[in-house]
Amino acid sequence: MALLEVRGLRREFGGVVAVDGVDLTVEAGETVSVIGPNGAGKTTLFNLITGLDKPDGGQVLLDGRPITGLPPEELAALGIARTFQHGRVFGNLSVLDNVLIGAHTRQAAHRLRAPVLGMMAELALALIQPPAWREERRRLREEAREVLALFGDRLLPRADQPAYSLSYANRRRTEIARALALRPRLLLLDEPTAGMNPTETAEVLEFIRALKGRGLTILLIEHKLSLVMQLSDRVIVMDDGRKIAEGAPQSVRDDPKVIEAYLGHKRQVGDARDAQPAGEDDRRAGRPQARPASVS
Amino acid sequence: MPEFTLRAFADQLVNGLVIGNIYALIAIGLALIFGVANLINFAHGSVYMIGAYVGWVCVTGLGWSLGPTFIVVAVVCGVLGVLIERFGLRRLQSEARIAPLLATIGISFALDQLVQLIFSPNPQSFPSPLPATRVMLGGVSIGALDALIAAITITIAAALFAFLRFTRLGWALRATAQDREAAQQMGVDVNAINALAFAVASVLGGIGGVMIGMYFTSVYPTMSYGAMVKGFAANLLGGLGSVPGAVIGGLLLGLIETFGVALFGSTYRNLFTFVILIGVLVLRPTGLFGAQRAMPPEPLTGTFVANSKPVRIPWFVAIGGLVAAALLPFISSNPYLLQIFTNAWLFAMLALSITLVTGTAGQMSLGQAGFLAIGGYASALLAMRLGWPLELSLLAGAAIAAALGTLLMWPVFRLRNQYVALATLGIGEVINQIILNWEGLTNGVLGLSNIPPLSLFGLPIVETAPIYWFALAMLVVAALFQWRLTQSHLGRTWRAMREDEVAARAFGVSLHRYKALAFIAGGLIAGLSGAFTAHMYSYINNETFAATTSILGLTMVILGGMGNMSGAVVGAIALTALPELFRPLADARYLLYGVVLLLLVRFRPQGLLGTV
Repeated sequence: MALLEVRGLRREFGGVVAVDGVDLTVEAGETVSVIGPNGAGKTTLFNLITGLDKPDGGQVLLDGRPITGLPPEELAALGIARTFQHGRVFGNLSVLDNVLIGAHTRQAAHRLRAPVLGMMAELALALIQPPAWREERRRLREEAREVLALFGDRLLPRADQPAYSLSYANRRRTEIARALALRPRLLLLDEPTAGMNPTETAEVLEFIRALKGRGLTILLIEHKLSLVMQLSDRVIVMDDGRKIAEGAPQSVRDDPKVIEAYLGHKRQVGDARDAQPAGEDDRRAGRPQARPASVS
Repeated sequence: MPEFTLRAFADQLVNGLVIGNIYALIAIGLALIFGVANLINFAHGSVYMIGAYVGWVCVTGLGWSLGPTFIVVAVVCGVLGVLIERFGLRRLQSEARIAPLLATIGISFALDQLVQLIFSPNPQSFPSPLPATRVMLGGVSIGALDALIAAITITIAAALFAFLRFTRLGWALRATAQDREAAQQMGVDVNAINALAFAVASVLGGIGGVMIGMYFTSVYPTMSYGAMVKGFAANLLGGLGSVPGAVIGGLLLGLIETFGVALFGSTYRNLFTFVILIGVLVLRPTGLFGAQRAMPPEPLTGTFVANSKPVRIPWFVAIGGLVAAALLPFISSNPYLLQIFTNAWLFAMLALSITLVTGTAGQMSLGQAGFLAIGGYASALLAMRLGWPLELSLLAGAAIAAALGTLLMWPVFRLRNQYVALATLGIGEVINQIILNWEGLTNGVLGLSNIPPLSLFGLPIVETAPIYWFALAMLVVAALFQWRLTQSHLGRTWRAMREDEVAARAFGVSLHRYKALAFIAGGLIAGLSGAFTAHMYSYINNETFAATTSILGLTMVILGGMGNMSGAVVGAIALTALPELFRPLADARYLLYGVVLLLLVRFRPQGLLGTV
C-alpha cells in the first residue's frame, strides 16, 4: 500500500480550476518531485495534502486511511510535515525554539486531547513541571540540537539567535530543520532552494540526498530541474492544474508534452533550467492576498 | 412591556430612521477610511464629537444660524481629518495593520481629553435652533429637525455616490481602495487619496455630530466612544468598507435599537449594538450584503510585535526592585503614595494579563477589563451573598473570571488582526452591559456597596500599608505563575502562534486550544486583580472597570514592550504613578496616555524594554 495516495483531487478558486483531478501515489521511502510551470497548481496541491486548504473533490489517503479535509494540526500529528514556498519561520523565536515547535506533536502534552480537562491538565503540568516532563523537555532539546547539527555549523552556533536575524538561506534551513523535528513519515518540501545561489543549492541537494539515504519519504516541488533529475525516483509534471506526465526523471524530461508545457514549442528542457524564477503562481492560486476591501 | 399601538409604532419607526440616518453618516465615514486605508479608525468618534462641539459653540455660543454652522463644522473636521492622516498615520502605512489602529486609539484619547480640558467633562445643553413645530404626515408626527436630518443625510449620500461614480477623483479613490499599488502605478497620488478619504469621512462625522447633538439636545466629551462603536456595528452589518452597506447598516441599527429600547427599556440600548457587532463578526464577517469572500488574511504576522532583542533584567535587579517595593511603607508613611503604588500593582496585574494574551499569544485584546469586572463582581457576590471567606472568594473570583471570560471570548478565536481588536472591545462591552442589566444579581447602575473588606485568615486588612503589601504579594505570585508558564512549552507555542498561525497549525498547534489557554491564564491574573479591587474599594459598579481601562492596560504593555513581563510592570508604574506624582498631569492623564501611545507606535514599537 502506498504511503500517500491522492485520487482525483480538485480545487477551484472562483471558476479557475487550480487543481483538476490529480492522482498520485508516493511509496514509503520514495522521493517524488512535482514540477511544472508557474501557476500549474503545485503549491495548491501541497496545501490540499497538508490540510491548509480543503479540496472541492477527490480523496487523500495516508496508509490507505482517508485524511481528506482533516485540519493541518491533525495531519501534523499523523506525521506529515512541510516547508513553505515563501518561508514561514517564526521570526521572533530562536532557531532552537523554531525546531522545537516542529516537535510539538511529539510532546506528552499533545496527547492530552480532551477538550476542557486536557487543557486544564496541560496548564497544571506546565505549572508543576513534574520530573518526567522536564526529562522530556531535556530530551527534545538535545534532539533539536542534533537536527541542527545536520546542517554542519550553519545553524548550531546560531541556535539561540532569533530567526529574523538569520540570512535567507539559513532561514530556509531552519524551516527544513523544523519539519525534520516532527520525525515526519512524509516530508513535503515546497521549493527548498528558491532564491538560493548555486553553492547553497548544491548543499541543499546533498542534504536532501542524505535524508533520502536515511529512508525518508519526500514529496518535492522544485523548479531547478538538475536537482529534480538527480534526486527523484519519479517525477510528476503538472500544467494548468492537471497532471500531464509521470515517470522516471529521464523519460519525463524527454516527453514532448512536458517540453511544450514549459516552453510552448520544441526545445531541450535542459535549456529551460531555472528559466522560471520562484513564482507568483502559487500566491495567485493558493492564498488570497491582503487587500483593502473595496469601496463600491 | 408598553402597549404598542400603530401610532406608537409609526413614531418609533421615524425615531429609528432618524437615528439610523446619523449612524449611517458615521458608518459611511468609517467605510471610506476602511476601504481606502484598510484601517479601523478609532479616532472617528472623536472627530464626530469635536464636530458636535464646534456646532454647539457656533449655535449656542455665537448664536449663528445652521447654514454657516455646518460650513464651519465641515471645514474644521475636514482639516482635522487631514491632520490625523498626515501626522498620525501616514508613516505607519507599511507597518502591521494593528499599528495605525493603535495610533488612532491614541489620537482619540488625546482629542477626547483635550475637549474635556477645554469645555469640562459635563454635558452642555445644545437646544436646536429649529422651530419645535411638528407636522402630522399620515398619522406620523415629524419634527423640523427630523426632516432636516433626513434631508442632509440623503443629500450627502447622493452627493457622495455621484462623486464616487462620476468624477475622476472618485474613480481614483475607488481604484485606490481596490488595489493601492496598481492605482499608484497608474499615477494616482495614493497619499492624497488617503487624505481625501479622511477629510470626507471627517466632514460627514462632524455633521453627524452636530445633528445628534441637536437631536438629543446635549453634547459631552464621551459621546465619541458610543458613536464610534455604533458606526462600527452599522458598518459591519452592511459589510466593512461598503458605502451602500454602511447606509443600510446604519438605518437597520437605528431601527433595531429604537424598537429594542421601546420593548425592553433604555438600559438595553447599547447591548443591541454590541451583540450585533459580535454576531456579525462571528457569523458573517463580510456583513449582510458583503460579497461572500474570505476575510483578507495578512501575510505572515499581523500582530504588533516588532523585532527586537529584549532587555534582560538581571535577577539581582529584579530582587532589588522587589525588596525596595516591599520596604516602601517603611521609607514613606505617606498613605497617598502607598495608595498610588497599590494601584500600580493592581494595574501591573492587568498589564501582565494583557501582555500574555496580546504580547505573547498575539491576540490584540481591547476587552481585558471585562475579566477585571467578572473577577470583581464574582468575588464580591460570593463574599456578600454566600458569606465565603475572603481568601476563597478572591480565588473563586479569579477562576470564574478566567472560565467565564474565556468562554465569552471564544467567538474571537476564529478572527484575526484588526477584527480581534474590534471583537474583544465588543465583548468587553457586552460584559459591561450584562452587569448593567442583570439587576437581580449585580444591582445594575447602583452597583454593589458594602463589599466585605480585605482580610486574611480572619484578620481584616484595612490599613494602607498592609493593603499595599497584600497587593504586592499578589502581583509577585501572579508574575511567578506567568513566568513559569511562559518558560514552559506553552510560552513557545503561544509565541509561534503569534508569529505565524498557518505555520503553527501545520506543525500541530491547535489554535483555539492555545488561544483559550492564554485567555484562561491571563484571565486568572486579571480576575484576581479585579476581585482585590472590589474588596479594597468596598464598592464597585459597572463603570469601575470601563473600556478605557483595557486600553490603558494595553498602553502600559506597549510602553514596556509586548510580551515583556518586566516591561508590563514598568509600564504600569510609569502610567499609574507618574501622572499622580506630577499633579498637573493628573487632570490630563488620558491626554498623556494618548500621546504616549501615539509616539510609541510611531517611534518605539518595541517599547522600553523590548518585545519578547
